Amino acid sequence: MARLIRTEKEVEGRYEEVWLVVEEDALEQWPSGPREIVGRPATRIDGLERARGEAVYTADLKLPGMLHTAVLRSPFAHARVVRIDLAGALASPGVHAAIGPEDISQLEEECGFQGAAVAAVCADTFAQARAAVAAIDVEWEQLDVLLDPDEAIARGEQLDEPRVRTRGDYEQGLADADVVLEGEFRTQVVLHNSLETHQSVVQWVGDTLEVYISTQYIWGIRDEVAKGIGIPADKVRVICHYMGGGFGSKNSPDDYTFIAIELAKRTHRPVRCALTRREENIATGNRNATIQRLTIGAKSDGTLTALGGEYVNAVGWSGWVAPTEGPMQLLYSCPNVKTTTWGAKINQPPMKAFRAPGFVEGTFGVESLLDELAAKLDLDPLELRRKNYAHHDAADERPFSGKSLMECYRRAEPHWDRRLEVRSRSTETVKRGVGLASQIWYGGGGPPSYAWIRVGSDGRATVVTAMQDIGTGTKTAMAQIAAEELGIPLEHVTVSLGDSARGPYAAISAGSSTTPSMGPAVRAAAADAKRQIIEIAAQRYHLEERVLDLRGGTVVSADGNLSTPLEEVVGLLDDAQILGKGARGPNPTGMQVLTFGVQVAEVAVDIETGEIWVERIAAVHDIGRVINPLGASSQIEGGIIQGIGHTLSEERLHDPKTGRILTTGLDAYKLPTFADVPEIVSELVDEPDGHLTNLGSKGLGEPPIVPTAAAIANAIRDATGADVRQLPISREEMLRALREAEQRTAEKEKRGAPAGV
Amino acid sequence: MPELEVNGHHYEIHAEVGESLADTLRDDLGLTGTKVACDEGHCGACTVLVDGVPTLSCITLLHAVDGASVTTIEGLREHPMVHAFVRADAMQCGFCTPGQIVSAVSLVEANRDPSTDDIRHAMAGNLCRCGAYPKIEEAIRTWRG
Repeated sequence: MARLIRTEKEVEGRYEEVWLVVEEDALEQWPSGPREIVGRPATRIDGLERARGEAVYTADLKLPGMLHTAVLRSPFAHARVVRIDLAGALASPGVHAAIGPEDISQLEEECGFQGAAVAAVCADTFAQARAAVAAIDVEWEQLDVLLDPDEAIARGEQLDEPRVRTRGDYEQGLADADVVLEGEFRTQVVLHNSLETHQSVVQWVGDTLEVYISTQYIWGIRDEVAKGIGIPADKVRVICHYMGGGFGSKNSPDDYTFIAIELAKRTHRPVRCALTRREENIATGNRNATIQRLTIGAKSDGTLTALGGEYVNAVGWSGWVAPTEGPMQLLYSCPNVKTTTWGAKINQPPMKAFRAPGFVEGTFGVESLLDELAAKLDLDPLELRRKNYAHHDAADERPFSGKSLMECYRRAEPHWDRRLEVRSRSTETVKRGVGLASQIWYGGGGPPSYAWIRVGSDGRATVVTAMQDIGTGTKTAMAQIAAEELGIPLEHVTVSLGDSARGPYAAISAGSSTTPSMGPAVRAAAADAKRQIIEIAAQRYHLEERVLDLRGGTVVSADGNLSTPLEEVVGLLDDAQILGKGARGPNPTGMQVLTFGVQVAEVAVDIETGEIWVERIAAVHDIGRVINPLGASSQIEGGIIQGIGHTLSEERLHDPKTGRILTTGLDAYKLPTFADVPEIVSELVDEPDGHLTNLGSKGLGEPPIVPTAAAIANAIRDATGADVRQLPISREEMLRALREAEQRTAEKEKRGAPAGV
Repeated sequence: MPELEVNGHHYEIHAEVGESLADTLRDDLGLTGTKVACDEGHCGACTVLVDGVPTLSCITLLHAVDGASVTTIEGLREHPMVHAFVRADAMQCGFCTPGQIVSAVSLVEANRDPSTDDIRHAMAGNLCRCGAYPKIEEAIRTWRG
């Protein structure tokens, strides 16, 4: 029965209270361990079309009569349009329409960052549109630029009220400490740089607007577009069969989609608005920079008595204040914690969610400082983490639905035990070491999410749901779950997704939520279809339903007398079809659903040049039941590699005076390449979360990137004794940290302490 | 008028001077398997073979390769490398994958048993933001099945 509940919904660490209609999850979880299909490696069911270049992305779509758009974006970090004249653009060859700030709200007169959209032109070709944009006559008034996040906070330029979270008595916790450490950590602006840039192709068909878009959230686009232009949501059809990467940046329609819609309305033509790579790097969002001023108090045995954090998120002109304090709040059982998180509004491009927003940055800070504490107290960093293990969510005083972090630590031991051998391979100038860091993040998903399953007379099944696969392989995972529950071979299942007009509502592909949100709905739909198949078989063969089962594509009876291929049973149906439907049940009431893990990094540092090589990373994560170990290992590797980029090379730079962006192309913005990839070893605990849905599965999109930076920084400390405090760990930062460590040693020696203590 | 042989078919192409080979392939010939991700020759997504040599088609002018023989991902549909990529799960979003496969094919056609260093060197110009590199390396190592 459908049940109306008031519940807490979490996406990317943001909570809201919502009304939800949920259907009870009637299915028992499968016992733990690999099953026939679920839990066993499966290659992507859409691998061939992607590999052969047959998959049609939004970038490849060409509708008849389609026009191309170029956008005029602010060249200044803060400026006002005094006067704009589109006549030159309208008179340019091939141009069909031009719009400016007076036409739609997404085009602005006051531009708070370089890249804010001001005007747009559509033409027969993109080259014509670009030439026409150059012919727009604009008079700018440049305004004062605010770039320093601390100054912004001091001036009250904040995106939200400061978020203060406390438990226990922080001051008392500090007073009770035998040792107190402080550290200031800084993280940089990181760009998503999905290889398919942000883009839409839109067309009006009668009174319906069709939006083809590279997106992580078909239904969110539908609702935002409908609201934005004031038409019913059912008159917006959103289509995304394949998309070339998102990483959190493609959850909303953004300026380009609304520009295309307006131009399509004016020209009565399909219109494409696709960003160039250089626009992509200024105008589509980014992981914001942070300043983290952290304090840690502990007893001499390592028991934490106080954790404090002042977090300044340099959000940019817009965006939201990510939970940078989350890891400090959630990782350890420390009784006294106080964090304050500010969001600075500065003249830089907007923040957008980027793979575990806040937690990546916050984990670097708190896990680095924890290892500084371990070094100070001469404790084993792994033991220090075990000592302060959180057995429940102390921030909100509630139990975890499932937590196998201790098991992750246990499985990480063989990797951790390599450190003597790794260190012994150091030379005079190249020092080697091992470091680890813990991972905590969300990933439980939630309702609503729905799936349908259609079984035809050939005994093959199609999962129908309007979700999107952003490249994580969720489409394959859904096929595995359906095949497992139905009891048919995996190759007999297809998955139809990517179209809001052709399937029920499906969850956003963000917050590591697609598999945990969609998977239980798909299983429920498959169970519904299977029940109907058994009912038909029972009538056909005059047997009781309870003695019948469907296994390996065959309908079997408990006594073994009946063993009939499914297609013979449903072959009776001719063109009739069995339709199963399923909904995602609720999350466990009063419980915190999180993912956990640990990574162990091995690095080499050239202490003369500051060059750093990551040589090996071992990752052990707990995400509940694993659906597809092959796809899961790919997610872990991809997360770690992005993490290495975040740690060592990636940084969007701006001119400190004007705020102009200096790294807009892939020549200057340094993504990891083949040469940057270390040996990666991954393992998953694979124990179902007994409280979570009919699957016990959580998401894995984000967890692997969370601890990588801290693990590398801690390995650098192990190798060199230097405390790096800033991402990316450039050679300058590495050499600064080495000099600081040298001075510290020299001062100790001067005070008469023996070297090395 | 420039002429090309693309995947074994002969074409005469009406195009203005200045058109990139990538635009010719994608817009004029409809071969959208070749992707354009940066349009500046930095990412390798647009890699095709020109007279057997891996080439960045987004920064190659059509008129500069007049008379050349071009192989795109569409011409490699049945190549064992395609199946090796699927088998090894050597892709996530798949947008860079055709370019990766073209570079990988070029490598193994010249060197049937490439070492890890050979692979890393030959593939260094193909970016993958999803980070499928370890699996791509595995696909190339095991391409013959």
